Amino acid sequence: MTAAEAEAATGRAAAAIRQKPRRGAIADGTTRTSRTVKYLLLLFFLLFVLTPVYVVLITSFKTSSDTTAAAQWSLPETWTLEPWRKAWDVLQPYMIRSLSLAIPAAIISSMIGSANGFVLARWRFPGANVVFAFILFGMFIPYQAVMLPLRTTFNELDVTRGVPTLIIAHVIYGLPICTLIFRNYYATIVPNEIIESARVDGAGLVQTYVRIILPISISGFVVTLIWQFTSVWNDFLFALFLTQQQNGPVTLGLAALSGGQKVDYAASMAGALITSFPTLLVYILLGRWFIGGLMAGALKG
Amino acid sequence: MHGRIRTWGPGALVLLPTVLLLGYFVYGLIAWSFNTSLTDRHTARRGPADYVGFENYVNLFGEDRFLNSLKNLGVLTVAFIVGTLIFGLLWALLLEKGVTGEGIFRSIFLFPMAISMIASGVVWSWLLNPSQGDEARGLNRLFSIVGLNFLENAWWTAGSRWTTMLSIALPAIWQLSGYIMALFLAGFRGIPPELREAARVDGASEFKLYRHVLFPQLSPIALSALIILGHMSLKLFDLIYAITGPNQFRTEVPAIYMWNTLLSNDQAKAAGIAIVLLAVVAVLVIPYVAYTVRQESNE
Repeated sequence: MTAAEAEAATGRAAAAIRQKPRRGAIADGTTRTSRTVKYLLLLFFLLFVLTPVYVVLITSFKTSSDTTAAAQWSLPETWTLEPWRKAWDVLQPYMIRSLSLAIPAAIISSMIGSANGFVLARWRFPGANVVFAFILFGMFIPYQAVMLPLRTTFNELDVTRGVPTLIIAHVIYGLPICTLIFRNYYATIVPNEIIESARVDGAGLVQTYVRIILPISISGFVVTLIWQFTSVWNDFLFALFLTQQQNGPVTLGLAALSGGQKVDYAASMAGALITSFPTLLVYILLGRWFIGGLMAGALKG
Repeated sequence: MHGRIRTWGPGALVLLPTVLLLGYFVYGLIAWSFNTSLTDRHTARRGPADYVGFENYVNLFGEDRFLNSLKNLGVLTVAFIVGTLIFGLLWALLLEKGVTGEGIFRSIFLFPMAISMIASGVVWSWLLNPSQGDEARGLNRLFSIVGLNFLENAWWTAGSRWTTMLSIALPAIWQLSGYIMALFLAGFRGIPPELREAARVDGASEFKLYRHVLFPQLSPIALSALIILGHMSLKLFDLIYAITGPNQFRTEVPAIYMWNTLLSNDQAKAAGIAIVLLAVVAVLVIPYVAYTVRQESNE
């Protein structure tokens, strides 16, 4: 994959973020004082964003005797791994379920989204816009409005509760965003002329898709896979409505670990970190594609 | 005619499964929910139910608890949108001219987006501990450590609706400001540099440059941001569930109330709440989707 392709993948907008202005532009209207103020503000907001991170880290290594009100913001007196062990024991089966659910759900909805996006961007038919709007609306609905009959439908179809129900739900309700991302992606990187000339040469839809579109879709797939993986992993609403503790994903496990009357904050914090680890890893390693998905979420790539 | 179908047909065929699936799972199920909301299915029992017209809706809008949840939602939405727009725009303004270490600032401001609201809710429920004075915990303790004791407050357990819902908005603002920053930053970077240079040559001050040249260019992005934040706020569920638990009257919004109603097996009422929520979201989103799709097809 070339750098240019990668740029296109994250969409025009996301690529534009990284385009720093030329040197000359910076000096204009910028005095030393205003620069100092700017950095002080940036540092202040950095502290604001990172405060919860500090809290999670220190608390997750504390013993129960170390969590008094006065010592809340200090480093642990004695460092312990006990909260991590406790959280891991609880969360391990949930982690496995979440992985076996988020990966297939992300792959299936990305594949369908790619085909849909191609047709909507470059193989249009009369009424394609209406179909696009029809699909898009599904992205915005509050899922409470479908949850009750969805549960009934799954019961009647006899789908096994747990991972299978959640895969189906996430694939279906992930179709709008995946279609949107791929539609914008193909509209940006595939020139109409290529499709036209393929048509003149007598290539049908399937041939055009497989020979021309798929080979340049890798970065589009990276964006949607990351987007879907992250949102499926982080989902709580579907998990709460469609599964129970014994077959639910990791958000349900964390809610159970940190809920109740007497909360073990050290273990909860360790649990919050453990459950966030996969998505954080994706964010750190593939951050620029993550931003691509966010931008597509704003409709106009 | 036959030739046309041969070129359009395959494309329509590719979209057919998606259209059928969403037709059933989005539109069909919404219709089903709406249908349930018109009945007297107030228990878990199956079998036929009687239609009662809009009785469930009339009851809802005459009920203090539902009105309370709507008011909470209104305050939350205003606080969340205003807060996130201000932070996001401010961060974008601080970064848009390019500063040393920009990549680090950007990545850190944006990272909360990658975290589930359940995980961040765990931390924020610790931070928003209502204890004060000697027993102060969480943020209140931090305030007293740095000598800002006057900021200590009861957070979401406070008496006033505004304090309560602002405490819920704060973590949401923390989580989503980076997203809005990224949107605005992309907007600033997309403005041709010639525009700035021309304005400077004309002797425009920095303030006037932003006010009259740059900000007007950002209005489509601001509209997108407004719609995204609005519909997120209306649907906010996980964060409230994780911070206060689902059973708090003070922080109850329709999304949470629907869940609580379902736990008591009142299906008709739960469906009614969900449909009201959908209607509020639809008023916001349908014009936006229609406008976007129409505009793109004109390009």
